[in-house]
Amino acid sequence: MLQVNNIEAVYSKIILALKGMSLHVPEGKIVALLGSNGAGKSTTLKAISGLLSGDGGQITDGTIEFEGEKINNITPDIIVRKGIFLCMEGRRVFGDLTVEENLMAGAYTRKNRTTIKDDMEKIYVYFPKLKALQHRKAGFLSGGEQQMLAIGRGIMAKPKLLLLDEPSLGIAPLLVKEIFQNIKQINQEEGTSILVVEQNANVALSIADYGYIMESGRVVMQGNADILLSNEEVREHYLGMGKDGEKNYKENKMYRRRQRLVW
Amino acid sequence: MTFFLQMLVTGIVVGSIYGLVALGFVLIYRASGALNLANGEFVIIGPYICLVLMTAYKIPFILSLVITLIFSAILGLVVERLVIRPIQNAPVVSVIMATIGLSSLLGGAVHMLWGHQTRTFPQVFPSTPINFSGLIITPVYLWSFIVVIVLLLLFSLFFKFSKMGIAMRAVADDRQAALSMGISVKFVYAATWAIASVVAAVGGVLLGNINGLSPTMAAIGLTVLPVVILGGLDSVLGAIVGGFIIGILQNMAGGYLDPLIGGGLKEVAPFIVVLLILMLKPYGLFGSRGIERV
Repeated sequence: MLQVNNIEAVYSKIILALKGMSLHVPEGKIVALLGSNGAGKSTTLKAISGLLSGDGGQITDGTIEFEGEKINNITPDIIVRKGIFLCMEGRRVFGDLTVEENLMAGAYTRKNRTTIKDDMEKIYVYFPKLKALQHRKAGFLSGGEQQMLAIGRGIMAKPKLLLLDEPSLGIAPLLVKEIFQNIKQINQEEGTSILVVEQNANVALSIADYGYIMESGRVVMQGNADILLSNEEVREHYLGMGKDGEKNYKENKMYRRRQRLVW
Repeated sequence: MTFFLQMLVTGIVVGSIYGLVALGFVLIYRASGALNLANGEFVIIGPYICLVLMTAYKIPFILSLVITLIFSAILGLVVERLVIRPIQNAPVVSVIMATIGLSSLLGGAVHMLWGHQTRTFPQVFPSTPINFSGLIITPVYLWSFIVVIVLLLLFSLFFKFSKMGIAMRAVADDRQAALSMGISVKFVYAATWAIASVVAAVGGVLLGNINGLSPTMAAIGLTVLPVVILGGLDSVLGAIVGGFIIGILQNMAGGYLDPLIGGGLKEVAPFIVVLLILMLKPYGLFGSRGIERV
């Protein structure tokens, strides 16, 4: 469905953020994109959704294909119309708009506007907390509620592919589990394919079908979620569950360096 | 008592027009974070067009008004495309500077095309004053008030319920996030300038019908500044309430205080009040101070 082939992305014409990044999201699946800070996860999502130019970046090489069609360097509004929706990092709900108006804003690109009310009700079923808050300004919601709203806003656009950038950021651990269960539910009931970027590898792999691990702008490891979860290296370096308990910082650093040199 | 009521009514009518012109300010401020200091020129160009259509081409008022509004929308779009869009990523101060330049340019064009003498509109509204048990209101005032109220109502509905209105507020709130919703920010900016220009033209035509038309009317751009600052730069409701307050204050000061000290206070009173209110509420009466999350 989504095929990213060897893309290279550059910020300010000088900072190379992605160096030959490739990934594939099959229809109806959840794919997790993991990695540490600055690995290029968010850049990858922005590249896909056409938002790179807003940050002074551009794709200099490679192709992004969605349903067999090349979509690099198309403006974000057309990409949303094609069916790819990005829920940006840090929720970015419209603080001065009410919950309901935020959902309406999500439905901006929809052609069929008669079913908007029904879909809004559906979102209140996925996230019952939002129902009671529908006339409240989104800026006054808690972090978890804002994240639910951000995801709900995405569903209002009826995307074929939903990109989620760190939905667990700054949210209580208990709520993170709940939100990821909701994501899984949306994937199953709406049939929306999902590409989720996470630092919290554990919770992301628990709902994903397939996972990619990034280091400094490229994929260093990939595989089915259950295989990644049981992989010794992944457990030690990304899930923080090494077999000897005590982790050696220096060793970890050396490992990352080795990973970068593989290519 | 009748004098007081008379001043109040005049104040309300003038205030409602201030509110309308202030709305143009607020719309552009919300979309781009910049004050449009050429707003006053937007206010006078519309009525000049309307006047020329009516006097030189003998087109009836309503039709002239429609053509004027279409022209104003186009003017707004052209200004956005040629002046604002090329510098949209520049600091806000640059945008404000550009609108100062634009104001000189448009003001000069008005002088060049239509001269500096005051012109009067042909009789559009009946001139027999309506007498509400001692309170005398000219039809022009009454109609202005009705037009403004209807327009302001339509705008609040537009911002609350329409897809485009919500998109405009979303862009004002978070441009990048609005882009990710698939909202075309370029289109929203263009629409904002077109609407602001149309609103200014309506205000101008009403004012022209009340006071006659001269290039100095562009100074309303400055008179309205206290209105927007008082109401809060980013609040539509603030613009309306601020407009009424300033309009009433101005007329009260003109009616009661000017005879005592020999005049001039009418123009200054709004600024004094704004100063006092800003000491207590730095963001204006309804301005948002931004929701801070801790």
